[in-house]
Amino acid sequence: MTDTDALISIRKVKKAFGSFQAIEEVSMDIGRGEFFSLLGPSGCGKTTLLRMLAGFENTTEGEIFIDGHAMSDVPPHHRPVNMVFQSYAIFPHLNVRDNIAYGLRKRNLSRAERYEMVDEMLDLIKLPGYGTRRANELSGGQRQRIALARALILRPKVLLLDEPLGALDKQLREQMQLELRALQRQVGITFVFVTHDQEEALTLSDRIAVMSGGRVLQVDTPERLYERPVSRAVAAFIGNMNFFRGTVRRNGSASGLVETEGLGNIPLPLDRLTRPDGAPVQVALRPEKFTLSRTRPEGALAVAGRLSNAAYLGERSHYYVSIDGCATPVAVSSPNLGVGRGLAPPTPEDGPLWLSWSPDAVVLLDAD
Amino acid sequence: MADTTLAGKADSEADPPRRSGRLAGFLHRSETARGYLLISPTLAIMTVGIIMPFLILLVLSFWTRQGFGFDTTPTFNNYIRVWTEPIFGALLQRSFWISGIATVATVLLCYPMAYFVAFHVHRNKMLWIILMTLPFWTSYLLRIFAWKVILGYEGVINSGFMAMGWIQAPLEFLLYSQTAVIITLAHAWAAFAILPLYVSLEKIDKSLLEAATDLGDGPVARFLRVTLPLSMPGVIAACFLIFIPTTGDYVTPALLGGPDGAMIGNFIQLQFGAVNNWPMGATLSIVLMLWIAAIALVFLFLTRRAQARIT
Repeated sequence: MTDTDALISIRKVKKAFGSFQAIEEVSMDIGRGEFFSLLGPSGCGKTTLLRMLAGFENTTEGEIFIDGHAMSDVPPHHRPVNMVFQSYAIFPHLNVRDNIAYGLRKRNLSRAERYEMVDEMLDLIKLPGYGTRRANELSGGQRQRIALARALILRPKVLLLDEPLGALDKQLREQMQLELRALQRQVGITFVFVTHDQEEALTLSDRIAVMSGGRVLQVDTPERLYERPVSRAVAAFIGNMNFFRGTVRRNGSASGLVETEGLGNIPLPLDRLTRPDGAPVQVALRPEKFTLSRTRPEGALAVAGRLSNAAYLGERSHYYVSIDGCATPVAVSSPNLGVGRGLAPPTPEDGPLWLSWSPDAVVLLDAD
Repeated sequence: MADTTLAGKADSEADPPRRSGRLAGFLHRSETARGYLLISPTLAIMTVGIIMPFLILLVLSFWTRQGFGFDTTPTFNNYIRVWTEPIFGALLQRSFWISGIATVATVLLCYPMAYFVAFHVHRNKMLWIILMTLPFWTSYLLRIFAWKVILGYEGVINSGFMAMGWIQAPLEFLLYSQTAVIITLAHAWAAFAILPLYVSLEKIDKSLLEAATDLGDGPVARFLRVTLPLSMPGVIAACFLIFIPTTGDYVTPALLGGPDGAMIGNFIQLQFGAVNNWPMGATLSIVLMLWIAAIALVFLFLTRRAQARIT
């Protein structure tokens, strides 16, 4: 991402509430038309950052640029951004149409023009004919859509969404995720989306910033965040991960490997080692990257272990396999392909099980 | 989990639930009956203490005075007198004028106070509210006399202004005038305005205000389009709570009003006292009640209209 593409540039922004440092120092760029998520546990500063973009909080230090303009001195009602609030903040004294048309007041439009725009928005959010409904007659999902329409009708440069799906039940949330993504593609507006739900962030986003304790840990595409996390915190926050202690061994400039506690020696191409000989590392492997078998697989990296626990989850099962040299059992996730296909579900009585994996799936992280 | 449900089932088979009595059963089934039971003490007091006297008043208003007793033949004579003789209309008009001004002044003065506590005080809100009601812990009569001291011919304001050299002679319009009555009423009823205003402002979800700002409203537009309409129930409640009792007030005008400040309440009191024309007093009370009801309805209608207009 080059600077000219960036619609939002956050430059060395810090935020303190009294003695509490909510944002340590954050710099990042958000591109035009991107669906960008701020992901992190509660209290990580993601909502504070969003509210600074909206202008509801000042930056203590640093500067935010939107479309090239510094935002420090721009009050929230003059910023080219609009927000969908976590509580939706639908005006209870107005009907649906007046809620959606609320921000159009300053645009010098006739009543007919305003109503036409509202009707277009109602079609877009799939609630045609709802204009005269009162706010208290709406369900959670409908309120959410109206909050969205009320912001989108103003054609902001950036739409900020503060956990907008958090209050919905699971099914509705999944449906709204798909609709939100489709809507974003349709209108082409940059979305900045705050969530603590990693699955939601992975489903929706072009790029995700993983935050923790007021810092940005990694900004990347969902796939790279999952496959190539840069730190243990990111690896542990997104999905499940097995960690093994290891040491880098370089054999001159020809080849290299990682000695691990539990998984034995894993040969890796030199360009992936990126660390000097003897450096301590952590080796991380996702549960679904392991293959289980009852006999030692030919030509693959493998270790033997014993099944200590199993959980059946329908489409897949989780197994916990104890191996020598590793205090905690290794988590393995394996699809249930059905009777006669793949491995029949193992039981603890089966005797030794073999775990195999590909070196490509291995992630090297700094030792902690 | 399964164990406990099984155990529960076994218990209930051994010992079937006790059946309640017929009255209790009836009350259990009917929510309306339970509701009436709950309000029955209040209902009894209302009937004995308000509806009965009101009916007596109503009957009395159709009688006429005869010497020291009543002529009990029903007649509209009193109502016709109230309608035709200008003194009654003038007094009613003055009463509504004085208490109307007092109401508007009270609500306008109390709204910022309630707003401040609701939006800008973050700790010890209740303490602030209690402090605001502190003056009302002393007797009404004492407060009226306090205003007498402040507004009097040689009172705090006049002597203060004279000492400053701002005025040569004491301001005479301060005491024993409509101004005095309005000032005192506005002060006396402030607590009744602050509390409903505070409650309605406090209830407003702060994210609605942020949403309005986010959608392009500056502070003034936001106040007019969100805060004020959403606090309207409090404003209406405050207006009613002040306007209705102050129109009939007779203590304040009697003590501070002077000749120009007498209100309908003083006149009604006279009818039941010195003039000894109870039927006329009853008629005036009924007429006052009808007028207040009419004004309240018009007021409600206008605020509804205004609210629809603003939004």
